[in-house]
Amino acid sequence: MTILLEGAPTAPPKAEGWRRTAAGLVSSPVNAAVTVVVACLIAAAFWVFFRWAVLDAAWLGGAEACRVHAGACWPFVRANAQLMTFGVYPQDLLWRPAASLALMAALIAASMIPRLWSLGLALAWGAVPALVCVLLSGAFGGRPVSTNEWGGLPLTLLVWMIAYAGAFVIAIPLALARRSNMGGLRTAAIVVIELVRGVPMLVALYVSRFIVPMTAPGLEINLFVSVETALILFVASYLAEIVRAGLQALPRGQTEAAAALGLSYWRTVQLVLMPQALRAVIPALVNLGIGVLLSTPLVAVIGMTDFLSAVREAASHEQDWPGCFTTAYFVAGLVFFSICFVASRYSRWLERRLRAAGRG
Amino acid sequence: MTDSSALPPPADDTRLAALRRWWGPHGLAQGVGLGAAALVLAVLAANVLASMHRFGMAPSLTYLTEPANFDISESLIVYRAGDPYARAILVGLLNTLKLAVAGCALATVLGVALGLLRAAGNPLLARLVAAYVELARNTPLVLQLFFWIALTRALPPVRQALQPLPHAYLSVRGVYLPGLTVESGAVWPIAAFLLLVALVVHEIHKRLGRPLSATEWGFAAAAALLVPAFWVWADGVRLSADLPALRGFNIVGGISLTPEFAAMLTGLSVYYAANIAEIVRSGLQSVTHGQWEAGRALGLHRARILQLVVLPQAMRVITPLMTSSWLDLTKDTTLGVLIGFTEVTAVIKTSANNTGNAVETILVLVVVFLAISLPVSAAINAYNRVLARRGAVAS
Repeated sequence: MTILLEGAPTAPPKAEGWRRTAAGLVSSPVNAAVTVVVACLIAAAFWVFFRWAVLDAAWLGGAEACRVHAGACWPFVRANAQLMTFGVYPQDLLWRPAASLALMAALIAASMIPRLWSLGLALAWGAVPALVCVLLSGAFGGRPVSTNEWGGLPLTLLVWMIAYAGAFVIAIPLALARRSNMGGLRTAAIVVIELVRGVPMLVALYVSRFIVPMTAPGLEINLFVSVETALILFVASYLAEIVRAGLQALPRGQTEAAAALGLSYWRTVQLVLMPQALRAVIPALVNLGIGVLLSTPLVAVIGMTDFLSAVREAASHEQDWPGCFTTAYFVAGLVFFSICFVASRYSRWLERRLRAAGRG
Repeated sequence: MTDSSALPPPADDTRLAALRRWWGPHGLAQGVGLGAAALVLAVLAANVLASMHRFGMAPSLTYLTEPANFDISESLIVYRAGDPYARAILVGLLNTLKLAVAGCALATVLGVALGLLRAAGNPLLARLVAAYVELARNTPLVLQLFFWIALTRALPPVRQALQPLPHAYLSVRGVYLPGLTVESGAVWPIAAFLLLVALVVHEIHKRLGRPLSATEWGFAAAAALLVPAFWVWADGVRLSADLPALRGFNIVGGISLTPEFAAMLTGLSVYYAANIAEIVRSGLQSVTHGQWEAGRALGLHRARILQLVVLPQAMRVITPLMTSSWLDLTKDTTLGVLIGFTEVTAVIKTSANNTGNAVETILVLVVVFLAISLPVSAAINAYNRVLARRGAVAS
């Protein structure tokens, strides 16, 4: 995962921006030539894509139609939509993952509205993943479904949500400890953060798969639980560094003013430091969230059927749907891209809004 | 960290007092807390040992000397099935490093080029680069790697190998590129001479206290090229291109890349080039517009302003981010295990499966990666501290 602290985008007024764009296309002979070449490249890329996705694609019929057409195989997507979305979850209980998906999507959508930010929303980030786990496992009284059968998009979102939300719980104390004036605590925090950041996520997953279950003999540690434990710790080490950057950006006067008001350390953290520090690093937080979501397909290496592996599973039925990998990967890429692109645009909008609010 | 070094040290400053100051307030509570954490870790470790014992295993690294009975498809050193596990792991590690070095170089060249193209002033080109960056950064790297490996697997067989450039072959067996072989013992003197030129240029640069002009660079380049050229002419040293050629059912000669390596290299380069392009852009953006205007007021042209004014300042933002990007790329070479590239994780995973020593093998893996990433991470932190002291970045 790479975390970028984005620079401030300076957007010129729209009308003027357009005129400048148009002028920039032909400002010099070299520039005009570059424009023509780039335009041809873009046109060629669009043509190749258009031919694959529309002209040469199979639209109707079944697998036979796909054998005839060289382009995309859309009937494959229609036939396998359920497998790709929900993985191998029992067919007759699909309302559970569907409801889970709706629940999580609703929470994410609600979290994007700054007006709704409150303690309640923060608690919902704890409650919704728990509720989804209950719903998927059937712990409320229906037929129980083991975590091995969870899969698809709901599993990807759930893995992501628990890892990301859980990381905050650990990362904030870790970041505070790393900036503490207590040497022992500070050293411990540095050791934890640097050790965890030093290993690749894949290695962290292997540790969760092979070593974590051995730490509690006699206790059957579920794979899902040990994976989430490793992921929470892994994400928290990155998150702690982001929070630390936010704390570092605050002027020292903030702490001193809080001390002058007689606030205790924890009240200072709660009322003065964290609200400002987190606000300062929102773009980095969203970037980390995107990075974590894009890394979730890695859980496939230890045998979880996340969205991407469900898609691969659907495409691997060569005898029914030969050569559908391209189409399948395209669909998976499109889903990930839509989510992450909206998130990164949202982060930019939010940053602008907060800066405007800070000025006013 | 609080800056206690600004205070003058008290008169009775002993080592113990310094340690106490470093340990800070709540001494006892800290001690108890850390002790409790250590105890929990010790219990967990004891539990792991107990679990291993229950499976009839004892922790040991002796398996490293035992013969590994599997083949590795590509290797920089001689390796046969039956060599010890330690050598197999070394083969994997060398493959990891080969991929990491090649990937970092390629991603950096591509990324810097894209970042500069985006800043070059043509709006359409900037949009195109932006689209590339968005596409690469908003889809999973794993998916991109699956795509690239599928693409290399779909390449034509050797006899019908694609030839995108003269002497470069793309086939289902792998990618073949022209290489360079040096046929003489005079390589080392020439290398030493080039190093000498580099040192002299560096020294002159330092003495002058200003960047070299284009003419001065020209002289340096001429010296660096002409003397070895004369040497080659006088001594009869020959640099010859090692061109791959189609012979029967095979392609021989040149530099050959296995399909897995080619897919990993392409995937990592494409993905990280997008990241590096963003880093270059944010670095350039961190330099205020006034700097450009001031440069123009001094009568400098665009390239010169970039070289003398903007880049030196942008490097403060770029350097740490670029370094951590290289580190991330190195860590992401582990994804090779997903598409069948035998890097260190894949070898260790196979070893763990064959020997049953999962715990020890994974610990070896952890140590390998910490040995790579901790020094780099320490260097980045040290660099940031230096910058913070100079007041270049907020601390």
